[in-house]
Parts: sequence; structure tokens; C-alpha cells
Amino acid sequence: MTRSLRPLLATTLIFLFAYMLAVSQQPAMLSTRVLGNFLTDNAFLGIAAVGMTFVILSGGIDLSVGAVIGFTTVLIAVLIMWLNLHPLIAFAVALIVATAFGAVMGAAIHYLRVPSFIVTLAGMFLARGGASVLSPDSIGIEHPFFTAVQKSYILLPGGGRLTVVGMIMLAVFAVAILLAHRTRFGSNVYALGGSETSAALMGVPVARTTITIYALSSFLAGLAGVVFSLYTSAGYSLNALGVELDAIAAVVIGGTLLTGGYGFVAGTFIGVMLQGLVQTYIVFDGTLSSWWTKIVVGVLLFMFIVLQRLVFRAGPRRT
Amino acid sequence: MTVEQPVLEARGIVKVFGQHRALDKVDFAANAGEVHALLGENGAGKSTLIKILTGAYQPDGGDLLLDGQPIHLRDPLHGQTYGIGTVYQEVNLLPNRSVSENLFLGRQPSRFGLVDRKRIDAQARDLLTRYGLDIDVRADLSEYSVAVQQIVAIARAVELSGKVLVLDEPTASLDRNEVQRLFDVVRGLKAKGLAIIFITHFLDQVFELADRVTILRNGKKVATQALDTLNTTDVVRMMLGKDVAFEHHPSALSGATKGAVRVEFQQIGRKGMAPFDLAVHEGEVVGVAGLLGSGRTEVARLMFGVDTSDGGQVRVDGQPVTIRNPAQAVAAGFGFCPEDRKIDGIFGDLSVRENIIIALQAKLGWFRALNRDDQIELAGRYAEALDIRAADHDMPVKLLSGGNQQKVILARWLAIDPTFLILDEPTRGIDVGAHAEIVRTINRLREEGLALFVISSELDEVVAYSNRIVVMRDREMVAELDGDTIAPDAIVRAIAGTAPGKPQEARP
Repeated sequence: MTRSLRPLLATTLIFLFAYMLAVSQQPAMLSTRVLGNFLTDNAFLGIAAVGMTFVILSGGIDLSVGAVIGFTTVLIAVLIMWLNLHPLIAFAVALIVATAFGAVMGAAIHYLRVPSFIVTLAGMFLARGGASVLSPDSIGIEHPFFTAVQKSYILLPGGGRLTVVGMIMLAVFAVAILLAHRTRFGSNVYALGGSETSAALMGVPVARTTITIYALSSFLAGLAGVVFSLYTSAGYSLNALGVELDAIAAVVIGGTLLTGGYGFVAGTFIGVMLQGLVQTYIVFDGTLSSWWTKIVVGVLLFMFIVLQRLVFRAGPRRT
Repeated sequence: MTVEQPVLEARGIVKVFGQHRALDKVDFAANAGEVHALLGENGAGKSTLIKILTGAYQPDGGDLLLDGQPIHLRDPLHGQTYGIGTVYQEVNLLPNRSVSENLFLGRQPSRFGLVDRKRIDAQARDLLTRYGLDIDVRADLSEYSVAVQQIVAIARAVELSGKVLVLDEPTASLDRNEVQRLFDVVRGLKAKGLAIIFITHFLDQVFELADRVTILRNGKKVATQALDTLNTTDVVRMMLGKDVAFEHHPSALSGATKGAVRVEFQQIGRKGMAPFDLAVHEGEVVGVAGLLGSGRTEVARLMFGVDTSDGGQVRVDGQPVTIRNPAQAVAAGFGFCPEDRKIDGIFGDLSVRENIIIALQAKLGWFRALNRDDQIELAGRYAEALDIRAADHDMPVKLLSGGNQQKVILARWLAIDPTFLILDEPTRGIDVGAHAEIVRTINRLREEGLALFVISSELDEVVAYSNRIVVMRDREMVAELDGDTIAPDAIVRAIAGTAPGKPQEARP
């Protein structure tokens, strides 16, 4: 077992423990209904966090995620409600725009040698500003396709509902796991996170990989935007404020090293679910302020940073 | 073993950095089935030559020939396609990935677009067995020792290139057993007909492994010879050379008037560095001779508190002082001009004036800021005293020549009115004229009563200004010469000793 598996294992154990604890307080939480809602409610965060996982694995950061989600929801609303396009066409346009946006950020990071932090910060302001220029007000989306999608789900045993957005998230995670661990692109992402100099010397196409990583992250942010618009039936420039930070938290809690090179996409899934669990518990409890979510996430994050320090500080163990 | 045509040949290579000629018409040839050692002190041009051979640098003149055909290398990857592989001292692999992934990155066998993990692991195991490694190839590379990582790096380089293998100081952080393990691998590759270029500063390893040696000095080739015609002393002599002649300073050699003891070190040392005793007197220059890696710089770092000593004590003018960090050293009146001037010495973007006053300001503390007039006065005084040639003292110090930068650092320490100055390679990378001037400055400071400790690879230079010379070998002070015994020949013999340069313990 490799060292990087240990934080993942820790996250999984903490999630199971926390879930049992929550169930012991609120027995109603042990149902597929709750689990189904978990997936639906956190779909957009999960999808965005997958993109963030690739970015962080490569040693970068993407602060534009929340803004791209917000921008996408507005763009979709504008295309559907003002230009009367079919939602599927609107989704395609939004995804293309988002992907191109990410590719440009990736190119800037690589060719101008600017830290990803700065480039994506600029991207964040651009996307958020662009969304407000399109429409400062919230635009409600009314379309038969939206209604149809929102009403379709797979009934789980026990009465839970696996909605379309939940399924999209699960599919994204499944594809991303293959992409990260079983393709050359995935290997190159880890290689960049390990050492960019070594990676370049070993023949990793650094420029292409960097651009692809940020394009992928923005594509997934766009997809998260699609899901968000399906989830809320509205486009608003201030949607998904700060989601990039939730995504970073999910990635780190999921066991990915913030400096890159180590981590698993599956861990991010658990990271997202853990955040969802805390939120759900607070809803069930009814007396706690929703800000407790932030406090718990903060504590978990801090714990994981310490844990990773301990795990990765150890030197060579074999000869 | 003689082969008519070299595999990789460099003819008349010239490389110029700014005004500095790093390589001056250097010839080099590596034959199939030989281990060819490349030796030289820091700054001799070893690493520049290697970077040209592997494609990391492009030469400003001369030709590279592979199997007799001229080639032009754009970058190391391009060099790899020609069969030239390199393994560096710091393993340039991915510590965060599995061993097999490190071996196959970029050429993973795949099925239906997905990487075939099982096949990679099986192939990696087979490959490493041929190098005598039986390890779990699925574990992260970082879980293995540097020696194993080196062998993995060699395996990758040979698999990808397979004609020429460049080993750039591969043994620097290995212990003796690991070195032997590595050498076995290298001997196996040599038997297979690879041309192996081996760079190191451990002479005994050169004699143990290499067939021929090329020695560089100050960017020029000194010699290429078969090693069985040479002994250690010959090699040391060629590495250190004696072509720069300085007038021996009379007061230096006479060993005459020693003042009182200014600074005294007793049993200062740390892991991997034998404890030493040393007293430096007023108006005395203690020179340090020894090869690269013999512990010269480590001594300087210990003295200045950059590294903390494991024990012992330091006395200044008879009073014990605690030196556990550079700030305490400065407070005790020590100054340190480090070896790598550009990185550790100057503040490149700050002005000449700011660079000169910064140590004094640090010593005064936050609340006693030097006002601008004082700064200008100080900078002017020392610039004049040391003959610092700068158009004006507000220009960034990085625009000055190496010699003038060195004088700025000297001025910085002189401004705090030091008791003891440590100079590590004060003349490195400085042109010949400024070189002589620095030597004169050192002599003058000594006459003014300063205690100095000067490290240099230039033997003639050390002889020119030292009252006493300590010789270092294997991270230990092995000899002390003074008075009449100071002569380059005597020093060469002391450095070569009986068994110079045995592998050291891993550095922290």
C-alpha cells in the first residue's frame, strides 16, 4: 500500500464514523432518501471538485470555479429565455465557452509563467463580472425540458431518488477515476505535481498537459453550472459564490496533497459527501446554525493538513 | 580498451556566459565500453560541458559528433533520442509515482486507450532484475533509498537511450555499500558496450571505476589520459594547476609577527564533519586547501553559525561566545563572504550603497536606522577604500562585475568593523585582473590587523596570502602548514594523502 492511500483511508473512516454518529443522533438519516438527496444537493460541488482535483494534483489551484459556475448559469438562462434556444444547445454553448476559458487560463499559466493562483484569480473576476454584465438580475428558467429532467429519477429501494443531476455527478466521478489512474494524461498530471522539471526531462508534454488540466477544470465547472441551473431553475450572476473554496476543501479533505502529486479522485467524492453529511445533520437537528458546517469543515481541513504533514514527512522506508 | 572511433565526441567546444568564458576550445571523446571520468574543481567547466553533451546548453563554438556524424541537440529530450541519457545527482524522477511508472512514463503500454498497469509492472520487474534489483515496483519511488532511485534512473536512461550514459555526481549522497552497488551496475553496462561519462569529485572512485580521465581547469582541458598511467598526486596537481603566479607576499610567508589570538574554535563539528580546533590571530590569514567536497565550505558554515555545531566552544578575544545562528556571529564581529556570491551574497536588485550598509544596519537593529547621509558617507568611504568601480552607488549591484560585487560584500563586512572575516572562494568567477586585486585586498586587510579565514581552490592564491594553511580531506582537517613548509607541492601531497576522497556519510 502506498503512502498516499493513508489519507484516503483516514477520510473514509472519518466519514463512516461521522455517519454512524449522525445516525445515532438522528436515526432518520439512515435511509436511501437521505443518501439520494446527498447526491442531488452536492452534485454541482462534486463535479467542480473533480476538476479541482486534477488542478491540485498537478500542483496548481483554480479559483475561477465558482465564478465559472455562476457565469454558466446566467449564460444558459440568457440563451434559453432571451434567445429561445433549446436547453441542450444552450448547455453545449456554455460548456464550449467554459472550456475555452479554461484553456486560455492554462495557456497563460504555462506560457507567461504566472502562478495559477493569480491567473485564475483574474479568471474569477472576469467570469463573475461577465455574468453581471449579461444580467445583473436573476433570470428564472421555464422550459418543458427543464421540468422533464427535474422530474425524472430512478427510484432506489427504500424510497430514495437518484436524480439526473446525481447521476451526472456519479458518471463524472467514474470517468475521472479512469482518467486519473488509467490514462497517460492522468500520469502526466501526477508527474507535473511531483516535479515539473523532472516531468519535462522525462518527456511529459508540459504545455499541452497544463492547458488540458485547466480546460478540464473549467469544463467541469461549466458542467457544474449546467447542473446548478437544473437544480435551481435560474441563472444568477452571484450563484455559487465561494464554491471554489468548498471544492478545494473537499479535495484536501479527500486526501489530495495541496502541493500536488498525491491524491485520489475517489477521495474527493468522500470529501464532498462529508461536507454534505454535516449540512444534512444540521438540517435534521434544526437548532444549529448552518455556519456550523463551516466550522466542522475548517476543523477537518486543519486535521487533514496536519495528517498529511505527518504522513509525507517520513523518509525512505525500504532499501 | 581501444576503439577507433569515439561514440560521442566534442571538438573545440566554446561556451561564453556574459564576459566569462566557461569553456575554451575543449575537446572530449567517450568511447564505447569505457568509463570516462571528468574531473575539475567547481567552476572548471565540468557541468557546462556535460550540459552541452546532453543538450541542455548549446555551444557557442565547436562541434558535437555522434558516431562520427555532427549533431545539434535542442534539449535533453532531443539528446535522448540520439541515445544520450543522463542521471543527475538529485534524481530527476518523480518521487510521488510508482517505480514502474517512473520507468515507463511517456511510453506506457496501453489497451483501448487505458494504461495497462499489470503489463507495466511486469515489464518493470523484468527490467530491474537485470540491474540486480528485486523490489516492489508498485511502491512510490520516494519509499526507496537514493541508491535504488539512482539505479532506477540509470535503468530508465539506458532503456531510453542506450549509447551514452552520463552520470553527474551520482554517488554524492550514497554510502559505501550503495556506491559499490551502483558501480556493479555501471560495470555491467560498460561490459555491454555503453560509453559512460562519470563526473565526481571523489578521486578514489575515479581510480576504482574509470578507464580514462579528462581534467578541466578554468574552462580549458588540461589532459585526457588513461588512469593506469597516473597516480592520485598527478591528478590533484592537474586539477589544481599552477599556472596563475602570484608574488608571494613577504609578510605572509615569514610567519613573523603574530598578534594576539582573536578567535578560537575548540572542538567545533557536527555529524559528517570531524570536530576541529583552530585559533586565528590578529593580522593573520589562515588559508584552507582541499578538494571540492572535502568539507571546506562546511567549516565556514559552522564558524558563521549557518549550521549549528554539535558541541565545542568559540572564544573571541578570550571571551566565550555562543554562535548558533548568523545573527549571533555578526554580533560577535564575524563576517562571511559565501561561495555562491550571486545567490547567498549580494542583494542583486538593491543598490551598491544598500548592499554595503545592510550588515551594519542589521547589527544596529530596527530602531537605529542609518540616515541617508550616513549611508552615502559610509558607502563612499568603503567604495573608495576598496576601489569599487561603480558608475554611481545607487545602481543595482547585480549590474557590477563579479570582482566589484565581491568587493561590495567585503565592504559590507568591513563596515561593521569585524574581528574575523570568513571568505569562501573569494576569487571564483572573477577575471584575472580583479583576481589579483582581491588577493591584494586580502593582504592589506591582514596588514591592518584583521583575522581572516580564506577558502580557495587556487593553490597559488592560497599560498600568496596565507600565514598558515590548513588542509582538509574527507571532512577533516588533516594537516597544517606554516612558514617555510608552505608550498604548492607540499599542499598537493597533503591533499592527495594516502586515500583521498572516500565516500562520505549522506549529507543532511
